[in-house]
Amino acid sequence: MNVLDQIRDYFAGNSHVFMANLKTHIWLSSFSMLAAILICVPLGIWISRQLKVANYIINAINIFRVIPSLAILALAMPLLGVGFAPAAVALTILACPPILINTYVAFREIDPAIKEAAKGMGMSSLQRIMKVEFPLALPVMLAGIRTASVEIIASATLAVLIGGGGLGNYIINGISMMSKSYLLIGAIPVALLAILSELIFSFLQRKSNYSN
Amino acid sequence: MKYLFDNLDLVMQHFWEHLQLTFSALGIALCIAIPLGFIAAKYRKLQMPITGVLGVIYTIPSMALYAALIPYTGLGVTTAMIGLVAYAQMILVRNVAAAINGIDPMMIEAAKGMGMSKWQIIFKIELPLAIPVVIAGIRIATVSIISIGTIAAWIGAGGLGRLIYQGLNHDHTGKIIAGTVSIAVLAIGADLLFRLIERIISPKTT
Repeated sequence: MNVLDQIRDYFAGNSHVFMANLKTHIWLSSFSMLAAILICVPLGIWISRQLKVANYIINAINIFRVIPSLAILALAMPLLGVGFAPAAVALTILACPPILINTYVAFREIDPAIKEAAKGMGMSSLQRIMKVEFPLALPVMLAGIRTASVEIIASATLAVLIGGGGLGNYIINGISMMSKSYLLIGAIPVALLAILSELIFSFLQRKSNYSN
Repeated sequence: MKYLFDNLDLVMQHFWEHLQLTFSALGIALCIAIPLGFIAAKYRKLQMPITGVLGVIYTIPSMALYAALIPYTGLGVTTAMIGLVAYAQMILVRNVAAAINGIDPMMIEAAKGMGMSKWQIIFKIELPLAIPVVIAGIRIATVSIISIGTIAAWIGAGGLGRLIYQGLNHDHTGKIIAGTVSIAVLAIGADLLFRLIERIISPKTT
């Protein structure tokens, strides 16, 4: 039986299992993504206003960012146990550096004259952030979110090692059983998910650019 | 932490394995990326297709790429190496091309005016100016290779990833911590080393 027949066979009987794994993968990725955005965007904005400590924080994050994703995921197990929650925490931590750094850079690079003008028009500091700075910063922030999303989808494949579930199941089992069909059932959707999220976010990034 | 110190020999052996894997992958990747980056920079028409294809490869999660390769190249170092070299390409080619495109055309013009030959211009002007940017690319590529190399342990490439996988499978906290700590040391060390080289090698501007 060739690989395509095996894959067709698998889907004929087990498409609900595949859908469940796909759903877990997407849910795990989007949950961690959302958590990372909710934590890092306000934090990034705050750092961009702290001239004195900003450099130290960004340097520390740049060093932290170098640690391999598998190491962070693996550390979650002794600290938090196995299952969805530890995987989600680890993925959220992994997504933080690109979002945080890009948010910081985006708010930092806004032309001071524009901020000054907004102040002159009598806008409060919250109004300035929401109505002037945020829209200007959005494209660069979205670039960070795009990087983070691809990283999360990739690392979510490894989440299965700490019991997080998802499409990584097929790859890990496929390697253990040396089953071509399992490997491909896992690999192709994961690759497509990553490419899809890259495309969606680069589209959003272009759309959000004011100068276009 | 106790496991790490009790089994320092074993950990160091994995550490060297990882280092070997990283630098052989980096070496092969550079041999491909430098000419490819040159072509991408010199022939503008080819730049889009080259970076486009490499970008798609780079986006594919490493575990998925390995899963797709295993049926053809099997388990082991060969498959791991193909993946590592493929991921490094995107970063290296982009930086090599950026390094060459970033050279001020006036400098080339001045070199031509001084009567330098085409090869002299490449070796005496373009390379020294491009090297710091290329080193930055090598730094990022090395860090990614170290990171993906950890994952590659699952397909039998050896290295520090093996400690992490063993720890996860046997619920052995000592091994997990030994693996993660030493891989973090390796990655951060490599990052700092290349940052230092970058700073030393950059042409001094007065």
